[in-house]
Amino acid sequence: MKRGPPSTGAAVQRREGLAKLTGRERYVDDLPLEDFLWGMTVRSPPPSPRGSITAIRFGRDVDWSQFVVVDHRDLPGPNVVYLIEQDQPVLAAGVVRHVHEPVLLLAHPDRDALRRAVHAVEVVVEPEAPVLDFRLPSRSDEIQYGPDNVLKHLRIEKGDVARALAQAPVVVEGEYETGAQEHVYLETQGMIAALEGEVLVIRGSMQCPYYVLNALKHALARDETRLRVIQTPTGGGFGGKEEFPSHLALHAALLALKAGRAVKMIYDRGEDMAATTKRHPARVRHRTGLTRDGRLLAQDIEVLLDGGAYVTLSPVVLSRGLIHAAGPYFCENVRIDGRAVFTNAVPFGAFRGFGAPQTLFACERHMDVIARTLGMDPALLRRVNLIRDGQSTATGQVINDGSDRVAVLERALDVSGWREKRRAHAAFNAARAPVRRGLGLATFYHGGGFTGGGEVYLKSRLQVAGLPDGRIEVRSANIEMGQGTLTVFTQIAADRLGLAPDAVVIAEADTARVPNSGPTVASRTTMVVGRLVERACDDLRRRLGLSESARGDSVRAALRDWHRAHPDQSLVGEVVYEKPPGINWDDATYRGDAYGAFAWAAYVAEVEVDLRTCAVRVTDFVAVQDIGKVINEILARGQVQGGVVQGIGWALMEECKWQDGAMVNNQLTNYIIPTSDDVPPIRVAFLETPYPHGAQGAKGLGELPIDGPAPAILNAIAEATGADPRTIPLTPERLMTIAEFGMRNAE
Amino acid sequence: MRPDSKAKIAFELNGEPVEVAFAPHKTLLEVLREDLALTGTKHGCELGECGTCTVLLDGAPVLSCLVLGLACEGRRVKTVEGLAQGSRLHPLQEAFAALGAAQCGYCTPAFLLTADALLTDNPSPNRDDIKQALSGNLCRCTGYIKIYEAVELAAARLRGERAEPARESLYGSR
Repeated sequence: MKRGPPSTGAAVQRREGLAKLTGRERYVDDLPLEDFLWGMTVRSPPPSPRGSITAIRFGRDVDWSQFVVVDHRDLPGPNVVYLIEQDQPVLAAGVVRHVHEPVLLLAHPDRDALRRAVHAVEVVVEPEAPVLDFRLPSRSDEIQYGPDNVLKHLRIEKGDVARALAQAPVVVEGEYETGAQEHVYLETQGMIAALEGEVLVIRGSMQCPYYVLNALKHALARDETRLRVIQTPTGGGFGGKEEFPSHLALHAALLALKAGRAVKMIYDRGEDMAATTKRHPARVRHRTGLTRDGRLLAQDIEVLLDGGAYVTLSPVVLSRGLIHAAGPYFCENVRIDGRAVFTNAVPFGAFRGFGAPQTLFACERHMDVIARTLGMDPALLRRVNLIRDGQSTATGQVINDGSDRVAVLERALDVSGWREKRRAHAAFNAARAPVRRGLGLATFYHGGGFTGGGEVYLKSRLQVAGLPDGRIEVRSANIEMGQGTLTVFTQIAADRLGLAPDAVVIAEADTARVPNSGPTVASRTTMVVGRLVERACDDLRRRLGLSESARGDSVRAALRDWHRAHPDQSLVGEVVYEKPPGINWDDATYRGDAYGAFAWAAYVAEVEVDLRTCAVRVTDFVAVQDIGKVINEILARGQVQGGVVQGIGWALMEECKWQDGAMVNNQLTNYIIPTSDDVPPIRVAFLETPYPHGAQGAKGLGELPIDGPAPAILNAIAEATGADPRTIPLTPERLMTIAEFGMRNAE
Repeated sequence: MRPDSKAKIAFELNGEPVEVAFAPHKTLLEVLREDLALTGTKHGCELGECGTCTVLLDGAPVLSCLVLGLACEGRRVKTVEGLAQGSRLHPLQEAFAALGAAQCGYCTPAFLLTADALLTDNPSPNRDDIKQALSGNLCRCTGYIKIYEAVELAAARLRGERAEPARESLYGSR
């Protein structure tokens, strides 16, 4: 557990850092572009989330002959955005299932004229009965998906929950709810489509170039040789640029094909917030059987996700949510039943954590509810139940990674001053001043890589080319969006072959040049794809006829020699993902090894609550995690601190206000994300227990930090005030309405 | 004035005099990006909510999406392109690079300029001064901590101190 020496590149600076710091980095809207049209979207209007389009009226004040107009009839192929289920149209054809559904596309050289034209189109919808509350069963006239509006139902079972609950000396129940969350990447969605000869070229802000390519191939009925997708520097993603960019790429492509000119579409903030995906709202119920001294005997968990109006990625969000729902604990009897349900809301989608933040919020808040019921220290309750090596998770995955979960917890307690501060807070709060203080804890885990057999299914490929000048080029489809892919891949390749970081070139994520190494999602880039970088370096070395230990000068010399002997030929090391031995998953029974590795964490939040205003300030935060191996300390700390602050926002202030299944506070003035003034000191500590199948021993990190803050903060508020909050975001208004809290403390 | 006619102004941009003609309804943000091809200034909302388009107008941070280009006649405008002196980076840029204070980088030009104005007014800001000064600029990646640390490092260097990043920031606690 003691940390090893830093890897050779530990203090390597961000590779594209200087471009970003001097204003030279060109995001999609910064690219020079001549003779192009702007594109915009006409969407189905409120207040009808569901209905038939009975008329589309074009205003008389606009000269429509100057505009390119596209509707669903312009699609060369099936009217479907290719994803898990082929249920979501590129453009609405006769019916709409949510407000803001795209109906028409318009293009014009003048952006202001285009904005006026979008407002001059009236889409008339004959309304039908919508379903808007995912917690209520659908009436028969509201059924729009399958027999029961259930998009996906999954179940995980271990042991005999019914019997264990019946025999348990203590049973604690709880219900928890989490709200939607908007990504608020600072760069809104943007895409350029242009025909270059026969090839349709898409450039834009995205996490998954090959998802976009597949969507184009399908709906445009166009083969891959006439398609090319290039990721542009991406100003934040957080999952919001996982599946959505396929829609925008298709829209820009349809306009460009019809216009015969390049088309640029850049969403403004209002459209981006109203019409793109968000984190799935969730309700989670726990029924937990325990011994009187706090040992888990049975966990019965029911998860419900609001899927919105199309399937999008809801089945896999549900899957990850369920697998994380029981927490990082050992329990012999577990039943986790989950459904993602259809509603006529703007569809929900990928967001950092992907279902796990919702279920871990419930689990970790519930642990403190249990601790209070038993009169037990919350840290002790967790220490008793944290999974030990040799024990199994809810899916039957035996954990045997050498990581010491209790040590992670103890480190968080030490760094935060848990014991001393709890005593000090009790004394402070006993004075019954209007401000109260509390400390809260969450222990949790996050699986790296695709769930279950997902990585096997992806069959990711990656290349490392040897260049004539002695440098190497890493060719992958994994993209930089601020999280550090370019830098981490540079370090991994440089370390593997003993080269200087500047001898490593990372190829642009261009589907015409790089193989499909899979999407940039699921905390998989460093752990899974980074390992492919190492193996492709090894393959390159093999092709050079070098021994496994060859590094540095010998590699550089061999590269130059090879190219002298083979002028004008290319030298490419290439690998395909191979399942690590001993990892087995059965999708039919939902049993087995859900992830190659879990990262483990314990977070502690300290809060001050003003009982007069119900304002909550997070005053201190400690984040301790074992992520296998820290490849770049600066980047890793940035991931953790940034994730913690997103978690503070989700817990306390970020509230989507809904009307007719659409977000109506789609502005940054009234959807509030944390500013620099809301952020406490965030102390980050890493432990390292290497994962043998991750690059340099690394496990996934990107999503982990969003899982812990919300429950830790609510547990701290409960401790500070005696209240029992169960719902986030816990805005001051919501805290005020908690019955046992408001009046009693207002004296 | 006809809708398609152009206004023309002269002002000082990053220390150099410029003249530019543009449609008179355009904001400073649009004039910089579209008529002067300075795309280092980003747009995040164009409603004055996010701070991403911040530039310095006569040395003070303004949201360029809320300033008309016409209002800049005869004034001094500084954008991220004007921070470095030739190939020599501004101490803020060096400190942001050393401490990893730029992640996706989209909000970074605005943070640099806001911090530049702060350090001109107050060479020795404490952490609360920095938090207050930067609270109009949203960042969704970093959690802000590294930005504070970078501003503090740059402030120390601008005061002539031989400051280095904390070892723990680069290598962690071992």
